[in-house]
Amino acid sequence: MRAMTFTEAAREGLAEEMARDPMIFVVGEGIGARGGNFNTTAGLYDLYGEWRLRDTPISENGFTGICTGAAMLGARPVVDFMFLDFELDALGGIINQMTRLRWMSNGQVKVPIVLRGGVGIASTGPHHSSNLFSLFMHLPGLRVVLPVFPADAKGLLKTSIRCDDPVIFLEHKKLMNLKGEVPEGEHLLPLGQASVVRPGKDLTIVAISYMVIETLKAATLLEKDGVLVEVIDPRTLAPLDIATILESVSKTHRLLIVDEDFSPGGAGAEIAAQLMEQGFYELDAPVRRLNGAFVPGPYSPPLEAAVVPNAQTIAKAAHDLLVE
Amino acid sequence: MYKEEEHDLALTKEQLVSLLGKMLLIRSCEEQVVKIYARGEIPGGVHTYIGQEAVATGVCAHLRLDDAVFSTHRGHGHALAKGMKPERLIAEVMGKATGCCGGRGGSMHLFEPSVGFYGTSGIVGPSILFASGAAYAAKLANTDRVGVAFFGDGASNNGAFHEGINMATAWGLPVIYVCENNMYATEVPFAKISKIPNIACRAQAYGLPGVEVDGNDVLAVYQAASEAVTRARAGNGPTLIECHTYRVRAHSEGMRDTGYRTQEEVESWKVRDPILLFKTRLLAQGVIAQAEIDGLEAEIRKTAEAATDFALKSPLPDPATVTDYLYS
Repeated sequence: MRAMTFTEAAREGLAEEMARDPMIFVVGEGIGARGGNFNTTAGLYDLYGEWRLRDTPISENGFTGICTGAAMLGARPVVDFMFLDFELDALGGIINQMTRLRWMSNGQVKVPIVLRGGVGIASTGPHHSSNLFSLFMHLPGLRVVLPVFPADAKGLLKTSIRCDDPVIFLEHKKLMNLKGEVPEGEHLLPLGQASVVRPGKDLTIVAISYMVIETLKAATLLEKDGVLVEVIDPRTLAPLDIATILESVSKTHRLLIVDEDFSPGGAGAEIAAQLMEQGFYELDAPVRRLNGAFVPGPYSPPLEAAVVPNAQTIAKAAHDLLVE
Repeated sequence: MYKEEEHDLALTKEQLVSLLGKMLLIRSCEEQVVKIYARGEIPGGVHTYIGQEAVATGVCAHLRLDDAVFSTHRGHGHALAKGMKPERLIAEVMGKATGCCGGRGGSMHLFEPSVGFYGTSGIVGPSILFASGAAYAAKLANTDRVGVAFFGDGASNNGAFHEGINMATAWGLPVIYVCENNMYATEVPFAKISKIPNIACRAQAYGLPGVEVDGNDVLAVYQAASEAVTRARAGNGPTLIECHTYRVRAHSEGMRDTGYRTQEEVESWKVRDPILLFKTRLLAQGVIAQAEIDGLEAEIRKTAEAATDFALKSPLPDPATVTDYLYS
């Protein structure tokens, strides 16, 4: 184990997989000799050259479709969109083709492909701040992965690359420089397994992506008030590990879902509905959600602060739920 | 419109008859589909390939089993030309369990990877990208397999055409782009939506060869495809082939076919039917006798009828299987 950043850990995972399988290739703008806007591929071009680190024109729909075709014929593409917002230009082909091909061909083709891109509000403005998690949860055939800690970034990226179906791998910009211990060598994490990142007994908080970090800060504040919250990082929203959440709620009897993404039709709505379907009698209070405001991601810091939950607003929401 | 040229292709009689046989098989199967559609035995829509058979036939004659073909919503002909069995096609169109996709896709979603047929699509344009991607995978795997995209004039105004051809040419991918210009994007005339005189000239903008051929002349298509496939396999990059052709039936079976083209225009193309043209040439050149053609036609009609019979007798899919193959 060594300490490394989220981005370094993910890159180590990618490098290990590329060394293992010559059919893995990466496409994106500036992912070649430049090493990626977020250093996602730094150093790999020198090792593997242009056929496996393919710089593209700004043709998101085009290169995503090319990767879909390549995946059907035995390649394992990693599409590095830089920002999730850019991926939206390729959405038609992702929804109509990439996620459906395996099913509509009656299992005759498979489409192993990883779509990665930065998400989150981080002074990047409306066109570089999208989250839109639930949009992707709504697509049969797709897996939605949101690592938080560096070790998970490595372990989940390696598994995503080995997955025989498309995976969307979303990296919050505020997590990219987060440091943590990362196992050396083969470290594979299953898709669909939540992580209890802090045990507690009074309240369960499911936090998504960067909100895990703010929730852990809130948990420290709450502990000073004598409140012990259990914090769960789902790690993947599809498949969703509702069993781990249910087990926690069976102990705490209260659930708060914290998500920087919007609430209408969001991941929290799905988690809440599944929890009520499967664990209604465990609840001592309504499931509550704390979400980012239902607006595009703003640029200026005071606007951003007004939109995104933080440790203080999370702690307040927890207190409010505890007295319900 | 196009001059009937003599092609110095040195094809054997066997090869020439094989081209004719393939066109006849596509025509016979489509005629069966038209019939069963009219009887109300097809749950969804059907876009027939009647009148365009020379294109799929002339191109696929050069392809190996492991070459990857991608096609369109009007894709029955491409599927058959690449080697899909007629019964697997007709059963799929009828939504039967024995169809090439077990009834999941229907007419517009045909897959048969075992013969290198990687699918048709109800969305216009992706064949261009997927064939380029298949070519990319071929390069990664160090094989000389090629990718082939069939698409219409309509797709040439979609971003997939411009983005895909630009990238494939920049990277020298082994792919052949076959544009079947049947003059109408659904029912919108090409001349109303583009200023350019043809689609092949767009190749100049991206730096690849662009050729125009009479798409109703199977030997003209065969010749152009021969050069393009050889070029791609040799590592010299993609080619765009524009095949001028015409669909003589409505865009989709059962659709109104008026208001956007004249009956005179339709009739003028029926005279240039690709099968009729080719038979006439083979007879005139003494390659084949009328009796042989009659025999071939009867045999192929029987094959298509047997395929239809198989499809009609096949079971419908089991509803319990509807979630299979969603996730591996």
